[in-house]
Amino acid sequence: MVERKLRVTLITGRTIDQGVGKELGKGSQEYFDNVAVCFLDSGDIKKLGLKNGMNVQVTSQFGSVVVKAKKYPHGAMSGIVFIPCGIWANVICSSETDSIGMPTFRGFEVEVEPAPDKPVLTLDELLKQEFGK
Amino acid sequence: MTEILIKNGFVFDPTNKIDGQKMDIAIKDGRIVKKVNECNAQIIDASGLTVMAGGVDLHSHIAGSEVNLGRMLRPDDHVKDAVRKTALTRSGTGYSIPSTYVTGYRYSKMGYTSVMNPSMAAMKAKHAHEELNDIPLIDKASFTLLGDWWFALENIAKDDLDECARHIAWMIRATRSYAIKIVNPGGLESWGFGRNVHSLDDQVPNFGLTPRDIIKGLAKVNTMLNMPHTIHLHTNNLGIPGNYKTTIETMQALESFYKGDKPVGHITHIQFSSFAGDNWAHFKSGAAEIANYLNAHNHMTIDIGQVTFADTTTMTADGPFEFSLYELGGHNKWVNSDVETEASGGIIPFEFKRKNAVNAIQWSIGLELSLMVKDPWKVFMTTDHPNGGPFYHYPRVFAWLYSRKAREATLKNCNKKAQKKSLLPTLDREYTLYELAIITRAGTAKALGLKDKGHLGIGAEADVAIYDINPETTDIAQNYKPVRRAFGNAIYTIKDGEIVVKDKEIVAVRPGRTIWLDVQTKEPCRIDDELKSKFKKYWTIEFDNYPVTDHYIKVPEKIGIKASV
Amino acid sequence: MGKIIKSVVCPICGCLCDDLEITVENNEIVKMKNGCAVCEAKMVHGYKSEERILEPHIRKNGKLVPVSMDEAICKAAQILTDAKYPLLFGWTSSSSETQHVGVELAEELGGALDNCCSVCHGPSVMAIQEIGIPTATLGQIRHRADLIVYWACDPWSSHPRHVERYTAFTEGRFEKSEFKGYVQKLKAQASQKKVALTMRRTQVRYQQADSQAATVEAPPQSLIRAGRKMVVFDVRKTMTADVADYFVKVEPNKDYEIFGAMRCLALDQELDVDVVGGVPVEYLREIVNVMVNAEFGAIFFGLGLTQSVGRFRNVEIAIALTRDLNRKTKFVVSPMRGHFNVTGANTVFAWQTGYPFALDFSQGYPQYNPGEFTANDLLRRGDNDATLVISADPGAHFPKSSVKNMLKHPLITINPDWNAISRLGDVVFPAQWCGIEQAGTAYRMDSIAISLKKVVEAPKGVPTDEEIIRQILEKVRVIKAQKTEKVEKLDDFGNKNIAGGN
Repeated sequence: MVERKLRVTLITGRTIDQGVGKELGKGSQEYFDNVAVCFLDSGDIKKLGLKNGMNVQVTSQFGSVVVKAKKYPHGAMSGIVFIPCGIWANVICSSETDSIGMPTFRGFEVEVEPAPDKPVLTLDELLKQEFGK
Repeated sequence: MTEILIKNGFVFDPTNKIDGQKMDIAIKDGRIVKKVNECNAQIIDASGLTVMAGGVDLHSHIAGSEVNLGRMLRPDDHVKDAVRKTALTRSGTGYSIPSTYVTGYRYSKMGYTSVMNPSMAAMKAKHAHEELNDIPLIDKASFTLLGDWWFALENIAKDDLDECARHIAWMIRATRSYAIKIVNPGGLESWGFGRNVHSLDDQVPNFGLTPRDIIKGLAKVNTMLNMPHTIHLHTNNLGIPGNYKTTIETMQALESFYKGDKPVGHITHIQFSSFAGDNWAHFKSGAAEIANYLNAHNHMTIDIGQVTFADTTTMTADGPFEFSLYELGGHNKWVNSDVETEASGGIIPFEFKRKNAVNAIQWSIGLELSLMVKDPWKVFMTTDHPNGGPFYHYPRVFAWLYSRKAREATLKNCNKKAQKKSLLPTLDREYTLYELAIITRAGTAKALGLKDKGHLGIGAEADVAIYDINPETTDIAQNYKPVRRAFGNAIYTIKDGEIVVKDKEIVAVRPGRTIWLDVQTKEPCRIDDELKSKFKKYWTIEFDNYPVTDHYIKVPEKIGIKASV
Repeated sequence: MGKIIKSVVCPICGCLCDDLEITVENNEIVKMKNGCAVCEAKMVHGYKSEERILEPHIRKNGKLVPVSMDEAICKAAQILTDAKYPLLFGWTSSSSETQHVGVELAEELGGALDNCCSVCHGPSVMAIQEIGIPTATLGQIRHRADLIVYWACDPWSSHPRHVERYTAFTEGRFEKSEFKGYVQKLKAQASQKKVALTMRRTQVRYQQADSQAATVEAPPQSLIRAGRKMVVFDVRKTMTADVADYFVKVEPNKDYEIFGAMRCLALDQELDVDVVGGVPVEYLREIVNVMVNAEFGAIFFGLGLTQSVGRFRNVEIAIALTRDLNRKTKFVVSPMRGHFNVTGANTVFAWQTGYPFALDFSQGYPQYNPGEFTANDLLRRGDNDATLVISADPGAHFPKSSVKNMLKHPLITINPDWNAISRLGDVVFPAQWCGIEQAGTAYRMDSIAISLKKVVEAPKGVPTDEEIIRQILEKVRVIKAQKTEKVEKLDDFGNKNIAGGN
């Protein structure tokens, strides 16, 4: 059965492609292709009726962002989604540090839903939308 | 350059056998000279004051990876000792491991002008030198940890000391260092797999030699290289009850190297290696045995590593020792830091308490040794900063040495059991200012082979300390408190002919020099090739990137040495 | 013909691989040998991309316009001196020489000083301050470790050559490389897949490894064999997990519980539960046995610990486990430091002030308090009224709300390229690429200082970040001197007035 929304745990972190992208430049196509993505478990992809490369909207209590869905290539991780660290992930992270300086970057709940009609914003568009600059 | 004339001070300059005579000291171009033109010179009226050469500390952990890890480890230590920025000086923190700038300021305020940084892992030498650059006002030199370096072990095991010497010479140059430091020889390599050696004749695993072989081999190498200082040795079994026997054995092992002219070995912070008793419950002082040995032999020098009763931070390259200290319990923080192919290291914050029997006996051992070794040119004053206590506690140690009254006042408040075991009540000796000058500058400079330091003879470096002590009117042993205060706050400190402390305040900041040995062997090339071929196997850094370059030494003082190999 | 430069240091991650061979032609890097994919991206392509900032910019009427260096320095110094409490953040992709001047600037301004450590291994530093750390340089691990545990980190993605240079796939004096074994394993897996395929084709019922049911596989026999072994703990299977001997899948935010259980097992205690953090206790027991029986074990941990629930407590208990294991064998633990000189920032800050990050100079002396003086806390509360960002990109790596607060006040940036934060700056400085166009010192993750090399000339007019910080510092001193003069004059005037009134 296809569900409209899925509640999952968000993990952010590095991938080698994100590393390559960031070194090529934050405005580069590689960075956009490799960082504005959300890796999902193949089972979860099925549940949402998604296909590899379709847009999804990921929403936390702190914000919402549209990225491309991708199947996680290294095996099962049902109930977990992974977004490479970068500006797209940080739109939905919280700056709450539990008083030790480290914001909440991972391990919190988000909702994932298909967003076929919404575009993935580029770096500049996202900066404009979020910060007006 | 300015000329300075220090007039009418009571001068204590043991190197030149000057014992409190009233005389003038003339300074020109950063050196002591015979006389200067009084019209041009800046006159310092030192009448009623004590004048000595700038202090020379031969063992104080002031910089490097280990020290800095200790700093990082202890915000609790810094918060109680914050130092404000002034128009002239930088801010920083203490307490047991002061930040770099504060280290320089505090040494200078005590009238010290040269400090040896005695434990530098070769691989971390760049770091040590970067830090040393940030310590102003004092000259510095570092000793490289070489007692467990694979190249040294392999060559000693092969009995190829020429090759070993060439490797060591390369390493002294590559790390911009001043002396060979040996810490728990064989023990650090064993610690690589969590083990230790427990006597001079234990086998070092995988290398087929013993600590005795390492000590003797490197002592030989030291003479082959014509090093100005002897090997600088931290003994095996340090910090373990009954270890005075190992210490005496170690000294005995070096007897045959003595040629009758100069010492062949230096045992550092010997207090920690002078424990008698079979276990902690029967812990007692082994000072008498060590002192008797030293009084009968002339081939060794020692420094005491005095305990000052402080909440301090112990740090040493002796990783297995710090682990055994951690195992004793009650320690919240334990750091171990092994260095590939070379050394290890450990850190534990530690509070020496008067009411603790062992701590109080340790305090007593340090003083007993200083008082029982008759010749002050053999025994030097250190606290092994920060291990026994921070360096700016030196005046406390002076007071215990020059005043029986001061010793008694402290001993009275010590643990009862320790009081009973202490030999101090039987010791009447009180250091004179002349003897103090030996154990803090003249003797240390001599042991280090620094000919232009530690004295005020013509041609010496113009490093001078002037203290508010009048030996004519003051009985220092009776009035130990004002004298102690005076030693902590020099009226003047002059570094290289410039007044840097005046009226107990820093008035000028200048960088100190970093002294290093350019040891030239007769055949350099062959070993470079061998080193290169093994480098990739032994280290995780490329050969080209390993040596310390000139960039890392802001004000170098290179001393050329011709080796006899 | 190009010039080949050997032993070049890679200025990207905490591994600081120093065996790169760079070919330079016409002041351009054209080829790089030995480095990883990320290194290739930066050293051969990224550093000369079109995204490079070539001259200083100042935001005028909402638009960034190019200005002279002098104008930008004056503007920046003015912003910083006008501010009551500026924050200086970044530093981790600068040389330690730059960081050195940075502390002086922060002290002069009486501002807050923080580095990227607070959003990566700040909690690790705090954990070390709680209980210390038994650790070792990477070569020690290479020579001796027969058990390597990667916990909540994925070196194949974040530190691509870590395994190859320092751990499982490197040849040490006492331990051999496991690379051949790995290749054999891959071949075996490939043939297994072939067999499986054939079996499916021949319609024999083939039970597919169900991705949902069993999240943790039983420990394999290979864990008991001799030689180097590698175990990976993570919430998801990663590239590193693929090469490991054993992968343990941990439930998100359950690291602390698992460490706790392992400590109990290491200390021969009994556990009254069967599963901890998604892992059967029996499996944990086997892993702990392997740990205890190792000659030399090493645990590397990553941001999965410092950024998850528990943060520094996760690291603390990881260290505590390592301490316990040292009672039985030799064990070390090490954080996987990210930026190439984040360790250097901690090191330099600590030797000058005593504290590694989260610094405040508002009282004229250094104070330290993570949670108070850390960048995200200052920004979340809106404490600082100007920000200088150097060699970092909080624009991309800070949570949105922090960046929003940062942008309420003037923002000065010093970065080589137009990353997210440069795009948002009010005064934007260009800078040389440290380690490519600028020499300097960096500290590897095990705090070994290594000299970065200069291999090509920077574009004309682009200074080093050290130069910029120095110039700002000088200008700040000039402005402050002028200000105190003014104040003194006012005082005189005021005094006269009062005198007249009397």
